[in-house]
Amino acid sequence: MATAADVLNASGATAANDHTIELSVRVRRFNPEVSEESWWDEWTVRCDPLERLVEVLHQIKWHLDGTLSFRRSCAHGICGSDAMLIDGRNQLACKVLAQDVAPRVTIEPIRGLAVLKDLIVDMDPFMDDYRSILPYLINDSGEPDKERRQSPEDRHRYDDTTKCILCAACTTSCPEFWGDGDYVGPAAIVNAHRFIFDSRDQAARERMKILSENTGVFRCRTTFNCTDACPRGIQVTKAIQEVKRAILFERF
Amino acid sequence: MTTTHTYDAVVIGGGGAGLRAAIELSERCRTIVISKLYPTRSHTGAAQGGVCAALGNVEEDSSEWHAFDTVKGGDYLVDQPAALLMTEEAIDAIYQLERWGLPFNRTPDGRIDQRRFGGHTRNHGEAPVRRACYAADRTGHMILQTLYQQCVKRDVRFLNEFYSLDLLRNEDGRTAGIVAYELGTGELHVIRAKAVVFATGGYGRMFRVTSNAHALTGDGPAIVWRRGIPLEDMEMFQFHPTGLARLGVLLSEAARGEGGIVLNSEGERFMERYAPTIKDLAPRDMVSRAIYQEIKEGRGGGPNGDWAYLDISHLDPKVIEEKLPDITEFARIYLKVEPTKEPVPIQPTAHYAMGGIPTDTDGRVVTGPDEEVVPGLYAAGECACVSVHGANRLGTNSLLDLVVFGRRAGDDAARYVTQEPLAPVEKGAEAPALEHLNSILTRTTGDNAGDIRTELQDSMFDLAFVVRSQESLSKMREILGGLRERYDRVAITDKGAVYNTDLMETVELGFLLDCADALVAAALERTESRGAHYREDHPLRDDANWMKHTLAYREPDGSIRIGFKPVKMGPYIPMERKY
Repeated sequence: MATAADVLNASGATAANDHTIELSVRVRRFNPEVSEESWWDEWTVRCDPLERLVEVLHQIKWHLDGTLSFRRSCAHGICGSDAMLIDGRNQLACKVLAQDVAPRVTIEPIRGLAVLKDLIVDMDPFMDDYRSILPYLINDSGEPDKERRQSPEDRHRYDDTTKCILCAACTTSCPEFWGDGDYVGPAAIVNAHRFIFDSRDQAARERMKILSENTGVFRCRTTFNCTDACPRGIQVTKAIQEVKRAILFERF
Repeated sequence: MTTTHTYDAVVIGGGGAGLRAAIELSERCRTIVISKLYPTRSHTGAAQGGVCAALGNVEEDSSEWHAFDTVKGGDYLVDQPAALLMTEEAIDAIYQLERWGLPFNRTPDGRIDQRRFGGHTRNHGEAPVRRACYAADRTGHMILQTLYQQCVKRDVRFLNEFYSLDLLRNEDGRTAGIVAYELGTGELHVIRAKAVVFATGGYGRMFRVTSNAHALTGDGPAIVWRRGIPLEDMEMFQFHPTGLARLGVLLSEAARGEGGIVLNSEGERFMERYAPTIKDLAPRDMVSRAIYQEIKEGRGGGPNGDWAYLDISHLDPKVIEEKLPDITEFARIYLKVEPTKEPVPIQPTAHYAMGGIPTDTDGRVVTGPDEEVVPGLYAAGECACVSVHGANRLGTNSLLDLVVFGRRAGDDAARYVTQEPLAPVEKGAEAPALEHLNSILTRTTGDNAGDIRTELQDSMFDLAFVVRSQESLSKMREILGGLRERYDRVAITDKGAVYNTDLMETVELGFLLDCADALVAAALERTESRGAHYREDHPLRDDANWMKHTLAYREPDGSIRIGFKPVKMGPYIPMERKY
């Protein structure tokens, strides 16, 4: 009789062996304990064509160079830890497959935030920008016993911007953000949009005031980098435009 | 260099349970949350389908029916008073999340919409009921975001990318604080506190195929276990039937709630044979075992005959787009399969730890058969065992667990810290943690942590997964002994202080080995099949001998002793579990 192992096992261990591909991974390295300058390393590994790039990085870290450092957690595009500049585009390493970048891929840290080590950047300024736009529901008109009512249409109005996972792929793809660290950046605006267009919220004016300052939405030059970079498919530039229009016409 | 901090309460973990506890604590006492990730990276965010509460918004429902389903779903290993409490408090907990801004999907008249979910039924099993409140298939993401937003609003203090390493307890057993490691600098921190709330999540990373994040390594359970606290029902680990084949990434039960069905390689909807009444919406343990049975009888698909299929191609494309967008994308990206046109290959995936740190319904950690309270020590969420999930958790009840018991733990801890003095901490309290780190850092040659981890995950998947036996578990215990010896010789290449993830992953591997030890020991002991724990050498449930929780103790000599405590019964008399 087959054991549990025989029946349920199989796939992971054997499926890939025949059709693996070769992938060269070039990574911009930085370690303040080693050097003030960054440098490049390159490794070549064999992997399943459907292997996620983040797992290829693990393969390197666990078996070739333990010092290679990067953030990751869920490995399927939900936690937002592993935004990297992959072949010149901001992407989550867990949503890029080996076959899409083979035979050679170049990985760098996302731009505009200080690099702390290898692919790890300082996220605190990014989170500070997020916090600056009052990212929480504000409604002081007394709490009902049950839920606040909201029509499906009103709920749909801000659906797109609720998807944000704060990975920073959008903000660190924005030339305005690279050029001027004071700009709050697309992600903060997306999160402001999420509340400004929520029919239950009452603080849209306060957020719009914050975003109408010279660190806010009018810095946006509509280059659409943010929309291209968003791993959640959020129409980031559209959201920014909607906030701009709301500020100009006080329509929201 | 070690820095010492003093707070009233420290919460360990920035997921749903930790944030919910912190909201409760932060307004009432000096509170700090330490989280090894930025809090919004926590795995609560990966939960998809919904959170159940008997709101009755779309059809008649009652929290008592919800409690019954929870107890029956847990194969009667659930502590019934805890289940009754959770399902009753569920209703206010959901309304509160909504008032905090959670964007639930809505009914046409603007109330929170509800949908079907596995094992949730009307009037004690008559038919599926619409009980799961949801936000598309991103419910966990929305809960995590909403709770974090409320923390921002309250200016809750966080220490991000800090790892907990050790629990400090006084000679009289009182909680004194924790030792933590700052990833960015490599510094140790002693955080003194009157109350410590563990909310570190699960430990699914001990298995090769898992829906769990890399970060889920059982830190909390392992740390308290090393400090003399037993772990409860560790053998009870849930294997979710619909993991994406090969990868284990979760495809929500919501897919079946919306009408999706599970097929074998012959295209047969086989759940009709295993659960004639609720079919594909049977609880997870039953569907996973049914898949296993189909595979065993030669009706599995894929290159190795070990896949089943989730079919949603007959659903209205609008339903798929609006209610199941994320899981549809997973299939497209990772398997290059188009779910609107073809069935998606699936495989059971290690999903959720029902067992963990034993607590009462106020989140207080309790030890032994008499449930003696450990003063100042709390746990909530997946790392805790209340026990509301018993031998098999119902879908959506994890999110409910963390908001209900996260709140209760925070509330009780806030009360506790006003009544108790700060326990003293001896100089050099960080020494054991420091010694462990240094032993790893100073070894120049030794075993590779990656190899040990891979062998742990492969063998746990082969020997302690959906189907277990005396033989497979004994073999696993032997393997764990060998892995432990190798772990004691482990060496790493990164010797630095800045973002040494090599070091922390190795520490986490040690936590995983502890949790695996406890799981296998308890699974060997329980010679019956109940819920997620299926022993092919003892295929039946044995209420006469096994209506009791296991408690795994780590003895000072390193051996494991299994003790027991009774299940708290209530209105529901155990009966055969049919659906």
